[in-house]
Amino acid sequence: MSIEIPRETNAGKIVEVTIGATPDQGGTRSHTVTIGGSTALPFHFFEGEHPHKPVIAMEVFDKVPNKYPSPLMDYYHDVIEKPGEMAKKCVEEYGAELVSVRLEGTHPEKGNKSAEEAVEIVKEVLGSVKAPIIVTGHSHFEKTNEVMKKVCEATAGENCLINYVETDNYKTIAAACIAYKHTIVAQSPIDVNLAKQLNILLTDMSFPSEKIVMDPLTSTLGYGLEYTYSIMERIRNDGLAGDKMLAFPMLINPGYESALIKEARAPEQENPEWGDQELRSAYWEIATTMSLLFAGAELLILYHPKTVEIIKKKIYEMYETKERD
Amino acid sequence: MALSGLDIFKLLPKTNCGDCGVPTCMAFAMKLAQKKAELSECPHASEEAKATLGAASEPPIRLIKIGGTKPLEIGEETVMFRHEKKFFHQTGIALQLCTSEPDEQLLSKIKEIENYKVERVGEELKIDSFFILHDSENKDNFLRIINLVKQLSTKGIILDCQEEETLRAGLELLKDDRPAVLLRKELTDRHIELAKTHSINYILTAHSIDDLAKQSEKARASDMNSIILNLESNNISHQLQNNTILRRSALKKNFKPFGYPLFTYIHSENGYDLLAKASLSLCKYASIIVLPKFDKAMLYTLFTLRQNIYTDPQKPIQVEPKVYAIGDPTPESPVFVTTNFSLTYFMVSGEIENSGISAHLVITDCEGQSVLTAWAAGKFTGEKIAKFIKAIKLEQLIKTRKLVIPGLASQISGELEENLPGWEVIVGCQEASDIPSFVKNVKLT
Repeated sequence: MSIEIPRETNAGKIVEVTIGATPDQGGTRSHTVTIGGSTALPFHFFEGEHPHKPVIAMEVFDKVPNKYPSPLMDYYHDVIEKPGEMAKKCVEEYGAELVSVRLEGTHPEKGNKSAEEAVEIVKEVLGSVKAPIIVTGHSHFEKTNEVMKKVCEATAGENCLINYVETDNYKTIAAACIAYKHTIVAQSPIDVNLAKQLNILLTDMSFPSEKIVMDPLTSTLGYGLEYTYSIMERIRNDGLAGDKMLAFPMLINPGYESALIKEARAPEQENPEWGDQELRSAYWEIATTMSLLFAGAELLILYHPKTVEIIKKKIYEMYETKERD
Repeated sequence: MALSGLDIFKLLPKTNCGDCGVPTCMAFAMKLAQKKAELSECPHASEEAKATLGAASEPPIRLIKIGGTKPLEIGEETVMFRHEKKFFHQTGIALQLCTSEPDEQLLSKIKEIENYKVERVGEELKIDSFFILHDSENKDNFLRIINLVKQLSTKGIILDCQEEETLRAGLELLKDDRPAVLLRKELTDRHIELAKTHSINYILTAHSIDDLAKQSEKARASDMNSIILNLESNNISHQLQNNTILRRSALKKNFKPFGYPLFTYIHSENGYDLLAKASLSLCKYASIIVLPKFDKAMLYTLFTLRQNIYTDPQKPIQVEPKVYAIGDPTPESPVFVTTNFSLTYFMVSGEIENSGISAHLVITDCEGQSVLTAWAAGKFTGEKIAKFIKAIKLEQLIKTRKLVIPGLASQISGELEENLPGWEVIVGCQEASDIPSFVKNVKLT
């Protein structure tokens, strides 16, 4: 007896997006990173193609985050204030495939660093590692626009991933990305329709669709993960079903979101039933990342070196043994 | 697959004899479709009708109960994705005990597993079941541990004992406890015999989809329906794809041999790896998993993941309406008010914490709706908030007389002040993420 395998084929295909540019392509990166291209649900090799593995980025800062948890500080204390060196450590020691430079310190209430300072920091990171770069801004429209415009101009040709635009603030940054040939992150607040609307707005201004990555907004484990999980599953299902405005690769932020919460910061003595803090801070990020991988995440911005190690191993395992038993 | 009234009518004798108590066969068919009648009420029903209707009334994935008085219930799932409806029975989490371990160690382990509990958003989270692996030479060890677990716990028991006589003796001790029994090899006639005299849930193991179907067909042919499926996969890629195929076959193809809950034993030496594998199992269709070791941080993480994935998407998680202390507030600290939608609570409390201040956060009962929805539905009104603040006697607990309301509900500020004499209402920001800058720029006390 042989069982018939119930395969489902899809009309749609996720857009392939490439980040970074080598010297031939007008940049200075040693290699580029491509995500997307899937024709089936995540890791469903039995019914579709998955030409590219999900990739891992790690994050460096222009300003030490206020609530940086101690388990992470143990890994980064010597480099946390030196974004270039921290980027090197992330790539060379921990295996990051991309580096995100978070420019939170340019926020008027969080340091108000100038756009010029931001450019310096991004250049420092570009100089210290050869991996493609993500530049991550913040929610202060006026300032993030000013900073991103300058960063886009100063890194012209590098095909950075400019993170992020939202429906109420996309034109300035999107125009700069088009002018200086960068890729963009379209962020929407855990909502399928708003995600779609923003992608339509971007394509309406002739933004190239092979340069859009979606950020459906990550809620970490225990803090609304189920909303992100289901919205991503819905986006991916619709994208594969043929809705071109939802067929973009997706980015998640388990590192940033898991580092903020009390589960990462509370020592075991405070809540004995929560268990060991060092283990817990990695576990939290791993569980968030694993679940969202199955919901369609392709670009993972992680913080904990243990998370990076284990998630990378799992992704490779998934791809090495594509065929079923 | 549910049948329509018309489908059922075609299977009935169409004589309108009335022997079933309903005047016409059509009317009886409609009652059957609505599950308000049973086919046995028709004395003339054909064998074909009985077979077809019997199969149709069987749920696509069976409900399985492990344990005696308060059994662990698994299965009965109807969808592939939680957003399509919801997942009905959350994944059971079992912890392993090995009979080769010394008694002292086992005793403390059993107590640890039995007593471990952790609270999260109003829910008490616990380990569901004991998995007893018989890996010693001594039959008495197996029996002694079963007795120990029985004495100390009411949780369901899963037995992994491949030696038949020993297993039989163990089952004698669990007559009223509906254990699950893991069969690592093929289901034999002797197993089937054993199930006739003992109530057992067999966990059928196979290494391929075809073999699993064969084993399941064999059990079904002997009228054994309390089964759980264990398709051993060499790696997580296979596991994800196999579990998808099994669930899809059961739900969409109505393939009965796969219409049972799935079992997974999580193998790994490394805790991080174990957690990654367990996360996959929780998200993608395992109904019961076994963890080889007790690790609080891992259990807390997995319980939280399970709570998230198995929450009914139609019914948002609610936090208990009360006053929450954010940081270390004094009677002079600022007071914020918002709804009891869990995500709203998490965002607001998190951002107040991020702002670096301590505050009182008043959470009112809005049936788990977010601010805008609750306001539009009349559940977050000045009158209701005032009533709640009076009921909890907030004025006696703190000295502050200023109340920050969400910016999205600015319209209620007048009504709230009217209903709450002596208080000043401050309209806060619209987005939780703006709280840190809001508290810097506005005087809140």
